[in-house]
Amino acid sequence: MSMMREALTKPILQNNPIALQILGICSALAVTSSLKVTLVMCISVTLVTACSSFCVSLIRNQIPGSIRIIVQMVIIASLVIVVDQLLKAYAFAISKQLSVFVGLIITNCIVMGRAEGFAMKNPPVASFVDGIGNGLGYSVVLFSIAVVRELFGSGKLFGYEILPVVTDGGWYVPNGLLLLPPSAFFLIGVFIWVLRSVKKEQVEKAEFKITKNSRSVKEAF
Amino acid sequence: MEHYISLFVRSVFLENMALSFFLGMCTFMAISKKIQAAIGLGIAVIVVMALTVPVNSLIYNHLLREGALAWAGYPDVDLSFLGLLSYIGVIAAIVQIMEMVLDKYVPALYNALGVFLPLITVNCAIMGGSLFMVERDYNFSESVVYGAGAGTGWALAIVALAGIREKLKYSDVPEGLRGLGITFITVGLMSLGFMSFGGIDL
Repeated sequence: MSMMREALTKPILQNNPIALQILGICSALAVTSSLKVTLVMCISVTLVTACSSFCVSLIRNQIPGSIRIIVQMVIIASLVIVVDQLLKAYAFAISKQLSVFVGLIITNCIVMGRAEGFAMKNPPVASFVDGIGNGLGYSVVLFSIAVVRELFGSGKLFGYEILPVVTDGGWYVPNGLLLLPPSAFFLIGVFIWVLRSVKKEQVEKAEFKITKNSRSVKEAF
Repeated sequence: MEHYISLFVRSVFLENMALSFFLGMCTFMAISKKIQAAIGLGIAVIVVMALTVPVNSLIYNHLLREGALAWAGYPDVDLSFLGLLSYIGVIAAIVQIMEMVLDKYVPALYNALGVFLPLITVNCAIMGGSLFMVERDYNFSESVVYGAGAGTGWALAIVALAGIREKLKYSDVPEGLRGLGITFITVGLMSLGFMSFGGIDL
């Protein structure tokens, strides 16, 4: 049981897919300008990761090593098609906003990475839980970025006004940069900085160390 | 002709795959430590995109889209929901074929690109190229130009980033930002730079 809990909670902060494993960054940047879209994306990715890990793990002993990538791809692609069709049927506006990014869940490295890295070696239920855990880790990053971007970029959360903006007679001047895509990079950079200041063991080793200046101050002048 | 040139320029600069749509970010971050490796990967992406986008365009227009099967006697069939599955299948197959052809006829290039080829299957930029082609309804010749242009744009971006990172490793970065963190911020600044192309209307 404790192993299950570890598989579920570890990816959230300790082994976060975006901040540490460098997986699934593409969609993290493009869909975070409004919370509603982010929420849909997070749910889809979590479900696809969990289900595909489960399916891959079920047949892991039958897949020949040389064609495993294609087999995993087919499983993932079928699941994504289901998600895509569901979104088109029940949430058409959001699926238009997400445009190609639903399809790109297929090539989202989190899904593939977990199928290859965890599900191929572990039993189905554990893989399912691991998939949910990684999906949650992904969602945590996406959510914190989306909250900052939507709140300070347009003064709203989930479309409800929180900070009254100047154009509607309020006091808050929205920061337009946050609605532009590059801001997501800065925010993820800062997120990683915060995370690594708390969890020191994630800090990467420097390739070069700058030595202290050996000359004394007096000599320099 | 002019139409194609402007499409090419637009897909390289204005709609840069990596810096305006953030596609292929995982490999973009992971394989950009050395310029040499970045150039190899960039060339592989250009070739694969220039092949897969037109092939997927043919498949979409002649097999999958609504009414496309009229030539086979099924004018009412709409198979577009199979799109995602067939695009990724085509990409995986083309990468595999390319690997074998290069191995047989151009071993020098194969050795240079070898390690990167399997990585390309899961590069979202390739898949994204095919999906944008469908969404924007490009015809065959447009899709050839678009594929080559989008690949070139991606290659340009990763080589530029690798150049910056090679210099960056000598700098004194705060502990928590070291490595991945500072790379994100660098890419953010590059992407701001590329936004300045946004005002150009072609």
